[in-house]
This record gives sequence, structure tokens and C-alpha cells, in this order.
Amino acid sequence: MEIAIISGKGGTGKSSITAAFASIANNVVLADCDVDAANMHIIMNPTVEEQSVYIAGEKAVIDYSKCNSCRICTEYCRFEAMTISENKVSIDSVNCDGCRLCERVCPVSAISMEKRDKSRMYSGSFRFGKMVFGILYPGEENSGKLVAIVRRKAKEIATLHKIDHILIDSPPGIGCSLISSITGVDKVVIVTEPSMSAFSDLIRTVELVSKFNTELSIVINKSDLCQQITDEIITYCYQNKFKLAGTIKFDPEIVYAMVNCMTINEWKPDSETSNTLKQIYNSIIN
Amino acid sequence: MIVAVASGKGGTGKTLIATNLFALLSKASYNVNLADCDAEEPNSLIFFKSTKESASEVRQMLPLFEPEACTYCGKCEEYCNYNAIFLLPEKRIFRLIEDLCHGCGACTYACKFDALKETEISLGEVGMYRVNSKSKLVEGRLRVGALTPVPVIKETIKASLDSEIVILDAPPGTSCPFIHTISKADYVLLVTEPTPFGLNDLKLSIQIVRQMEKPFSVIINRAGLGSDDVYKYLKKEKIKISMELQFDKEIAMIYSSGKLVIESRADIYQKFVKLSESIIHN
Ligand code: SF4
Ligand code: SF4
Repeated sequence: MEIAIISGKGGTGKSSITAAFASIANNVVLADCDVDAANMHIIMNPTVEEQSVYIAGEKAVIDYSKCNSCRICTEYCRFEAMTISENKVSIDSVNCDGCRLCERVCPVSAISMEKRDKSRMYSGSFRFGKMVFGILYPGEENSGKLVAIVRRKAKEIATLHKIDHILIDSPPGIGCSLISSITGVDKVVIVTEPSMSAFSDLIRTVELVSKFNTELSIVINKSDLCQQITDEIITYCYQNKFKLAGTIKFDPEIVYAMVNCMTINEWKPDSETSNTLKQIYNSIIN
Repeated sequence: MIVAVASGKGGTGKTLIATNLFALLSKASYNVNLADCDAEEPNSLIFFKSTKESASEVRQMLPLFEPEACTYCGKCEEYCNYNAIFLLPEKRIFRLIEDLCHGCGACTYACKFDALKETEISLGEVGMYRVNSKSKLVEGRLRVGALTPVPVIKETIKASLDSEIVILDAPPGTSCPFIHTISKADYVLLVTEPTPFGLNDLKLSIQIVRQMEKPFSVIINRAGLGSDDVYKYLKKEKIKISMELQFDKEIAMIYSSGKLVIESRADIYQKFVKLSESIIHN
């Protein structure tokens, strides 16, 4: 069973909660799909057993010994990557999307493609099972594909070691990497918090998730920071018949657990927060 | 001057900083625009009373297949660098996998039989909202289900540039949406929190901002909630801290309810005055 924990808005505590779920479930495959800002390995400190290179697309480069400044390429590029100054054509690597069209139209073959090969995928063991995480090199794109590869690896490991549960820590937002992290999963858990911004993100996130026909649960974190909006979110769940898996009160110990590289359930196992998290996890998987 | 407010990690308080800074400058009668570049989850509008002036759609090209003209030569499949075209010549099958298409036009260029025309799909919209006579808020909003926010972000920034000061509320992360926003900025404010996650993401963002040779400083939000590792790191790297906001439940509540913190807290107002002075005189 694959469970994706997502948040829409960043900073709702999604990763801390995912980490807590891993320690509650015990014997899981944890897939850190927040490849833009992979953090789970900091708390979990896995032993890396396997590493592979991820090619995050390509970018075009010009060989100036061949280029005769005919500018044909500049007419074809749709990503505003070609600039001309003082009769010299240059490629802005930030804008280059790697489509190769410039390379193909260049009459003197002055353009070639370079691979963006600095991103990595790691897998290994940690104290609650197995872990897979992707680290996208800053500035590289195609995180949706890397997310898909991390998930595929997580599934392979789960089958190999006969582990039932895969927990996916999803990226923020609603774009390609998030879509890639929830496509085909069994359950989606949205972690939100009581703020107007988070609530509006929640509505957009739900709109996206409902296109996927998976089981959805909602968790409200830091619920006492604004009881009024918490109540509104609860009403919203109730009216739309979304499952509210639980609410968690603001607890600074979650931060201190993280500072000590532990999950809250390891750091304060008998606290109210840890017990609430256990109940929430059970309600999600049943 | 263009100032980007960014953070590797989401939820560090980037929007809190961007909206309050914008409100302060706009009240001080600067010509200032705020561009909400977090097109996947735009939130800045919540904090302002504004009137929508106009909106423009952001589109992406998509190939349009004309089966009568196709000879199933396979050229388009070969030219597509994103594997968005799937072809089975024996069975006369052509499939466009829309989710993979970047609208680059290589296939249309490749086809010598006029079997590929082009159409457009909507990626989202850029909305212009007037806040007062000298300031407006430009919001990029990705259509739910659309895959890439980058073209929406580019258009949002372009639409916001007609002002003396432009504040960009950058998307989280360190991949292309973030880079696109930063690349347009003259100055970057990196917002972080003193937690291990915050520090890890801050280091990644600093790596990029340095590579791009942008002047920058760091804002520490929710100070006091976490450890002092981030301070040690910044000291070692000789990076300037331009503002520190203590963790304070009241601030969290004001922000949660969609209000500007500078309007109800004089101490925070003063901090933003100092911050704006340090940026403008930078
Ligand atoms: S290049 Fe044109 S003719 Fe050839 S397979 Fe593609 S669409 Fe058909
Ligand atoms: S427009 Fe570009 S990305 Fe889309 S199908 Fe054609 S070649 Fe592929």
C-alpha cells in the first residue's frame, strides 16, 4: 500500500508528520519525493546502500568556433533562451528547456547538448525499514521524473523485502512533481494548518487530488493556532464528506525532536501529540 | 529595483515577509509592485483589499495531429526530446502524451508532410490587482491540473516590472521555478527558520544565489524555536542577517487570519522599516 503525505502549502509540518508515521508503522519503505528540498534523511540518517545518477534533461551549448551568427536558432527557440548581443548569440542556461530544436536547425552544427547529470537517487536502510530519496541538484528541472523514479525504486524494495507500507513524503505545490507523487497511490493524506493561505491551498489541492480517485484523509496540524479557521476547515471536510483523520495541537516539541534528529514519537513517546499521531495513523490505514 | 523574497523550504514565512514589506512601501508612497510568483499556491492576495484590473491567460502550444496527412515516417517521434510522441507505424497509431509535451515545436518543424499543426492550451493566468494609485499586486495562478508553472511565473514577473520597486514572492524549492524568479532579481532575501530542515534548505538556496552572483541576505523567522546551528553557519560564511522575527503565537495568529502583522504590531512595524531601509539603500 502506497500512502502519499502531501500539503499544498509548505511548512505545515508534513515532513515531521511523515517521519512520525514511519516510526509508528515501523518496517516501512520511506520515499522522500520532496526532491527539491529533500530533508527526511536528516532525521533518519540512513545507511546508503545504493546510489544512481539521475539525468535531469539536457541543455544546449554553442561552439563559437563554428557559429557564424546566422541567428536561425533564435527564431525557433520558444523558451526565451536565445539572446543576441553585439552580433553574438548566447544561450541562457536558466531558460533553456533542452528541447534540441536549436541543435537541429543550426546549419553549421555549432550547437550540441550537454547532460544535466548532477542529481542523484539514494536508497538504503534506516531504523524503521528502508528508505529511498532523490536529491535534485539545485536548479535542475524535471523533478516529476525523478519523483517517479524514486517511487519505482521504493516499490521494488517493498516487493523484495516484503514490506507492506510505502510512505511518500510529497513535494509542495500542485504541479508536475506533486502530480507524479500521487498518481496511482492508494491513499493521500493532506496535512494542512489553520490559516487563510493554507485553507485556500487546501481547496486547490483537494481539487487536484479528486481527479485521481484515491482515498483522501485530511489532518489539521497546529489546530489551536487559530481555532476559528480550524472549525471552518472541519466544516468544509464535513460538508464535502472528506475524511478528517484528526487534528494536532501546536507543539514546539516537534521542532525539538527534529533538532535532535528524532521523530516526535521517539522524542516524547508518551506525549499527547505522539498519542494523537498514533490514532491518526491508525485511522488513515484502516 | 527587483527584490526576490525566497526560501528553499516552504512555509518559512516568505509570504509574510513579502506582503508586509510590500504593504509598508506602498503606504510610504513608493511606486511598488508585488508579484506573487508562487503560481502553484498563490496566497498574497488574501492580505490586501484590491480591485482586479485585468487578467491575461498564459498558454502553451500543443501539436495537433492531422491523421489524413501522416505517412507514419517517424520523424516527429525522433525529434521529440521529451518522449511525448508515441508511434506505431505498422498499426498506424500516433499518440501525443500531453503530460510530457513542453510545446517546443520540434515535432511540427520535423514533419515534412504537414501532419502536425499546433493549437494552444491554457496553463493559468496572470491577474493584475490595484492596491492603491501607486502600487499593484500581480498574481500568477497555475490552472489546477496544469504541469509547469514556469511560463506563468515568467509572465507574472514581466507584468510586474513597470514600477520603481518590485517585490517577487518566489516559489519554494530550488528547482526551475525558483531559479527563474531569482534570475530576474537584483537582490535576494532568503527566509529561513532555525531548524535542521530550514538550515539544510537554506544552504541549497545559498548555493544557487551565489552561483547566480546575486547579492543577498538572510531573514530568520520563528527565532527561538529550534537551535543555533543556523547562526553558527551564517557567521562562518559571513552572511548578513537582515532581520530576525521571534517565534510568537500572536504573529502566527495575525498571519493565519489573513491580516498584515505591521498593522497591529508596532515592534514588527519598526523591524520592517529597518529592513526596507537596508534594502533600498543597498
Ligand atoms: S513526422 Fe509527420 S508524417 Fe511523419 S510520423 Fe510524424 S506526423 Fe506523421
Ligand atoms: S511540441 Fe515538442 S515536446 Fe511537444 S510533442 Fe512536439 S516535440 Fe514533443
